[in-house]
Amino acid sequence: MPLLSVKDLRTYFHTRNGIYRAVDGVSFSIERGETLGIVGESGSGKSVTCYSIMGLVPQPPGRIESGTAHFDGVDLLHCTPRESRSLRGKRIAMIFQDPMTSLNPYMRISEQLIEPLLIHGSISRRAALDQALSMLDAVGINDAAKRIHYYPHEFSGGMRQRVMIAMALITQPELLIADEPTTALDVTVQAQILELIKRLQKEFNMAVIFITHDLGVVSGLCDRVQVMYGGRIIETASTRSLFYEPRHPYTKALQQSIPSLQQKGTQLFTIPGMPPDLSKPLPGCPFAPRCSSAIQACREKPIELAPCGNGHEQSCSRVQAGEI
Amino acid sequence: MADPILELVDVKTHFAVHQGFLFRRHAGTVKAVDGVSLRVERGEVLGLVGESGCGKSTLARTILQLLPTTAGKVLLAGTSLSDCTARELIAKRRDLQMVFQDPYASLNPRMSVFATLAEPLLTHGVCEPRDVTKVVAELMERVGLASRFMQKYPHEFSGGQRQRIAIARALALHPKVIVADEPVSALDVSIQAQILNLLAQLVKDMGLSLIFIAHDLSVVKHISDRVAVMYLGKIVELGTASDVIDRPQHPYTRALVSAIPTPNPDVERSRQRIVLPGDPPSPINPPSGCTFHPRCPYAVAACRSEVPMLKPYENREVSCLRTGELP
Ligand SMILES: Nc1ncnc2c1ncn2[C@@H]1O[C@H](COP(=O)(O)OP(=O)(O)OP(=O)(O)O)[C@@H](O)[C@H]1O
Ligand SMILES: Nc1ncnc2c1ncn2[C@@H]1O[C@H](COP(=O)(O)OP(=O)(O)OP(=O)(O)O)[C@@H](O)[C@H]1O
Ligand code: SF4
Ligand SMILES: [Mg+2]
Ligand SMILES: [Mg+2]
Repeated sequence: MPLLSVKDLRTYFHTRNGIYRAVDGVSFSIERGETLGIVGESGSGKSVTCYSIMGLVPQPPGRIESGTAHFDGVDLLHCTPRESRSLRGKRIAMIFQDPMTSLNPYMRISEQLIEPLLIHGSISRRAALDQALSMLDAVGINDAAKRIHYYPHEFSGGMRQRVMIAMALITQPELLIADEPTTALDVTVQAQILELIKRLQKEFNMAVIFITHDLGVVSGLCDRVQVMYGGRIIETASTRSLFYEPRHPYTKALQQSIPSLQQKGTQLFTIPGMPPDLSKPLPGCPFAPRCSSAIQACREKPIELAPCGNGHEQSCSRVQAGEI
Repeated sequence: MADPILELVDVKTHFAVHQGFLFRRHAGTVKAVDGVSLRVERGEVLGLVGESGCGKSTLARTILQLLPTTAGKVLLAGTSLSDCTARELIAKRRDLQMVFQDPYASLNPRMSVFATLAEPLLTHGVCEPRDVTKVVAELMERVGLASRFMQKYPHEFSGGQRQRIAIARALALHPKVIVADEPVSALDVSIQAQILNLLAQLVKDMGLSLIFIAHDLSVVKHISDRVAVMYLGKIVELGTASDVIDRPQHPYTRALVSAIPTPNPDVERSRQRIVLPGDPPSPINPPSGCTFHPRCPYAVAACRSEVPMLKPYENREVSCLRTGELP
């Protein structure tokens, strides 16, 4: 049984200007110890998918219209507040792009680290502090005994991100959701943080959902990748299969846009057109208006992921029909 | 050779840090930018990279005179900005514009695209009030936005489109230099490619100079003519994009380049990275000698006491005591 299994998740935002279908029928699952990458267009619903699982969608304007998300047998979308408290923040943890949004600037790091332990477990302050200290050590903060009493602003960006990771991992979660945790960091600090996540993942057999724009990071870290566009998953495959044999036209176009694969001084490849307006109904393939292979049927026929061998699935009906 | 459009002469920007709430006392000085000299030619793109916290944004804000220089000079077409009177500075600022990482934060959510772009045009008297609509429409088209979106508000645009609005606003006053601080970091690769093409096109068409700050070295290499690598407030390597990124010399640049992730799973998983030990040091209390020595795999005893200077070496400048001796 997968650790987390999401089925037909739909999260819409009801605003004055219309209903935005941010996540529109997303299904996926993740096994214990697995790393799943989520990539895709800005605004395609990557963060909202994860916020829905974590119960962090602002309601209103957001509303979860349908779907289930079973974590070890409990449906996160329909559980009691008590069940939710025993899972979210304890067995499932999340880290964000900007550590400052989740660290309280007025509280010492030590207090913030032990808070989840004191809330979730019956443990003394002393023992909690000991655990916090060894966690800071584990994420590679030198001089942890002294620094544990610092305030967030006394750390550099990279160190703050490590404190965030320590905070997320202190309860030894079975699932870690990381939403662009290294986007604001330089590549050397990024490499340290990725190594850290990999190491801790092995130690705790933790599953990781990793959202990023950086296809280089995905290729080094993830076992499996899923590509989102316009609120849906349009392709999912093992990392190797996705990079070496992308099938969906959007995935191919995305790969073609990577600057390091193109010659310096040339115009970079870009996808013509604009991302879809999520407040308008999209009956067919959301990528159709920008796709160079689109035919009339693409705009009308509802899409569905179909397997194409080796656990690789994709949603382009023309690829499915063997036409392209 | 003609004057460079922008020249920095030994620029330093320090911050005083205070401790205590009621009785604030001076606790130290953050040497965020500590002696940077640079020339940017007309029509040139200079990439600026370096560790988080090494002072890139501080340098950008110092160039724009949004922060006072502690020492040194910023010269725009030969005129020192720090010696300008407030009034002269307002006029000079037109020639210098900035684009930020986060277009959400840098655009006013209550102003339509038209209002955002018309404001600088009118306050600086760039065009007659009756021509404003026409000029705004031209600006929008220049950055690839349909002018029929003129009355829309920032939240009605995607991230990439918002970054285009921010670029259009920077272009409104026909600047000579644009400083872009991580303009594409928050965008996905396909939108990133559109913005990079746009910037490259503008540089070519308008003879602009661009200082481009980013963490993604493949992006920096693509767009830049030359690249400057910063570490702890100083430039440690400076040269053409291909020299610096394809054949890095300084030990820090080597580590940085070795950490660039490659979008190819087999290569990425078998690749050797130079892992730097320890954390970036605190700019309040920088290490002695070469500030990189505590983390440098090549450091020798001299590195702890002697301060290296930028010196020419193989088509570039490098600031390392062991330049030429390294494998
Ligand atoms: N509070 C909200 N109110 C209205 N719409 C929202 C809200 N939050 C998100 N959305 C919309 O939901 C859609 C999906 O957003 P989401 O943040 O999940 O995108 P993303 O894939 O994470 O993009 P990025 O790569 O830019 O982070 C977007 O079109 C966004 O405008
Ligand atoms: N107003 C300030 N007061 C005190 N210290 C500051 C201030 N602004 C910046 N600093 C410090 O100056 C140093 C350089 O910061 P800066 O923001 O320029 O780095 P950066 O290279 O842009 O980093 P990043 O890549 O993370 O954006 C950091 O150590 C930072 O903490
Ligand atoms: S001067 Fe010494 S410590 Fe500094 S980079 Fe060169 S070898 Fe390393
Ligand atoms: Mg997001
Ligand atoms: Mg910065």
